[in-house]
Amino acid sequence: MNKEMTLEGAVAELRDGMTIGVGGWGPRRKPMALIREILRSPLKDLTVVGFGGPEMGMLAAAGKAKKLIYGFVSLDVIPIEPHFRKARQEGRVEVMEIGEGMVVLGLEAAGHNVPFLPTPIGLGTDVLKNNPELRTITSPYDDGEVLVAMPALKLDAALLHVSRSDRLGNTLSFGPDPYFDGMMARAATRTYVTTEELVDSIASKNREDLKDNAVERCFISGVIPAPMGAHPTAAHYGYGWDLEHLKTYAASAAEDGGWQAYYDRFVAPGEAAYIEAVGGADAIRALPLPVL
Amino acid sequence: MTQAETFTLSELVIAACAEAFRDDGELLVTGIGPIPRVAAGLAKLTFAPELAMTDGECMLVEDPVPIGPRGDHEPEFTGWMPFRRVFDVVWSGRRHAMVTPVQMDRWAQANISALGPDFTRPKVQMLGVRGFPGNSISHKNSMFIPNHSTRTFVEGEVDVVASAGYNPKNWPEGADMNRVKIGRVVTNLCVFDFRGPDHAAQVLSLHPGVSFDEVQDNTGFELLKAPDMGVTAGPTEDQLAVIRRLDPHDVRSKVLKGNPPGIRPAA
Repeated sequence: MNKEMTLEGAVAELRDGMTIGVGGWGPRRKPMALIREILRSPLKDLTVVGFGGPEMGMLAAAGKAKKLIYGFVSLDVIPIEPHFRKARQEGRVEVMEIGEGMVVLGLEAAGHNVPFLPTPIGLGTDVLKNNPELRTITSPYDDGEVLVAMPALKLDAALLHVSRSDRLGNTLSFGPDPYFDGMMARAATRTYVTTEELVDSIASKNREDLKDNAVERCFISGVIPAPMGAHPTAAHYGYGWDLEHLKTYAASAAEDGGWQAYYDRFVAPGEAAYIEAVGGADAIRALPLPVL
Repeated sequence: MTQAETFTLSELVIAACAEAFRDDGELLVTGIGPIPRVAAGLAKLTFAPELAMTDGECMLVEDPVPIGPRGDHEPEFTGWMPFRRVFDVVWSGRRHAMVTPVQMDRWAQANISALGPDFTRPKVQMLGVRGFPGNSISHKNSMFIPNHSTRTFVEGEVDVVASAGYNPKNWPEGADMNRVKIGRVVTNLCVFDFRGPDHAAQVLSLHPGVSFDEVQDNTGFELLKAPDMGVTAGPTEDQLAVIRRLDPHDVRSKVLKGNPPGIRPAA
C-alpha cells in the first residue's frame, strides 16, 4: 500500500462542484500547496468548508469557490481576510455563515453518519434567518425544548497539512492544537494530506510521540510531500506564519487587478518557484512561531 | 488597598472590566483583546484567584501571561485547551467571555459579522459570526466597548444578530431565551448591564466626570439608572502594579482614543 502522490495527481481526483473541507484554523496549518494547485487547475464551482483563513480568500478571489461555509474567515494578525471581504462586498460568493461550533457539529454529524446533531447554537440569532435551510427540532423528551438541528456537512474531499507522514497514511501533526483535522477527514469521502516530511515509517517506541496522530489512516487517500506547503500559514514547529507575505497578499485586495498580479507572481509559476519567490526554504524555516 | 490618585482611563476601565469576573468561581474566563485580557488577569491575581484562563492560545495557566514579547518570562502550563476542548467548556456553560462587538442593541444582541441591510452583499464584511452564536447561548458574556457612541449602541437592531439577546422576535417558539446570560458592558464612559425590568439596559456606574445625560446622548436606546448608580471606582495602587506587570509594553495606552486620564479634568 503506497498512498504517495503528487499535488497534480491529487487535484486531478477532484471534480467541479465538489464540497471540500480544508483543515487548520485561520492562518494555522493550512494545506496551501494544494490550494495553490487548485488555483492552477480548471476546477470550479467548489463549496469550501472550514475554519477560514487565506484558502477561502484565495479560492473566492479566483472565482473557484461558489460557496463558503464558515464561522469566520481571518488571518488573525490581519483580522479580516481581505479577499474574502472583497468577494463578499461585491456579492461574488454565496455563504453559509454559521457559528464556528456549528461547523464542528456539522462535521461531527457527517463523520458519525447521522443527518444532524441537535444544538442550541444559532437560536436567537440571524444565523437562522440568513440560512433558511437550517431547521429546528423539538426534544422528544419531557423538556420539549426547541433546538437547532445542525445538518451533517458531508465533504467530498478534505485537504489537510501534516508535519510527518508515511506512505501508508500514518500521520503526525505537531503543534499545540490539532484543530479539527481528524474530524474533517472522518467527514470526507477522501482525504489528501500534504506533509512537511515524508518518511518510511512514523513508528516509535514512545507512546507519547503518537499523541500527535490526529486521524486513522483508513481515512487518508493520498499523501503528498510538500515541505513548506503550509506557507504563508504557520506549521508547528517548523515555521510561523509569514506576516510580510500576508501583508503583500492583503494589499493586493486593494489594488486594481491585485489578485491577478498576486496569482501571476506567486501561484502560476508552481511550487518550487513559489518557495523561491517568498524568500526560499531557509527564510521560511526561520519564520518565528507567533507569541500571543 | 490605597486608591491610586493618578491613572489613565484605560486603567480605570481595566479595573471595571475585572469587576465583571467577580464571583465567577472557577469559570474559564476569556478576555478577547488587550483590555479584557489584562482585566481577567487582574481579577485572578487579586480578588478571584480561582478563575481559570489560558495563555491566549491553548494552554491553561495559573499565572496570567503578560501581553506581547515576554523576554525571559517562560509561562508554566497547568492544562491543555485545544479548540476542541474550548468548545466542550463553552457548551458546558462554565465559561465567561469578554468580547468587543462592533454593534450592540437594546436587546443585548451584538454583531461582529457584517454591516449593511443586505447580508448577501454586505456593505462591510467583518469577521463572520464566529463564536458569538455558541458563546451567547452557552455561557455568560460581558462586553468591552472602547468608543461609546450611537454607532456602536444602535437605535434599532444590530445589522446581523451574531450574539443572541433578549429580542423575542428572533426566538422560535419553544426555544429557551433564558439560556442567554449577559454580564456587564464596560465602555469608555460607564458600566451598564441588562438587568433592568424586562432586561432593560441600566447604568451601574458612571466614570469620574461623566454625566448620565452624556452617556444617554451617545446611546441609541434608552438607558435606565440602576437604583444604586454610582461612580466607577479607579484602580488601587496594588491593582496598578498588577496592570503594569500584565501589560509591560503599555498596549493599554493605545486602546482608548487619546489615552485620556482616568479622572476628567474640569472643563
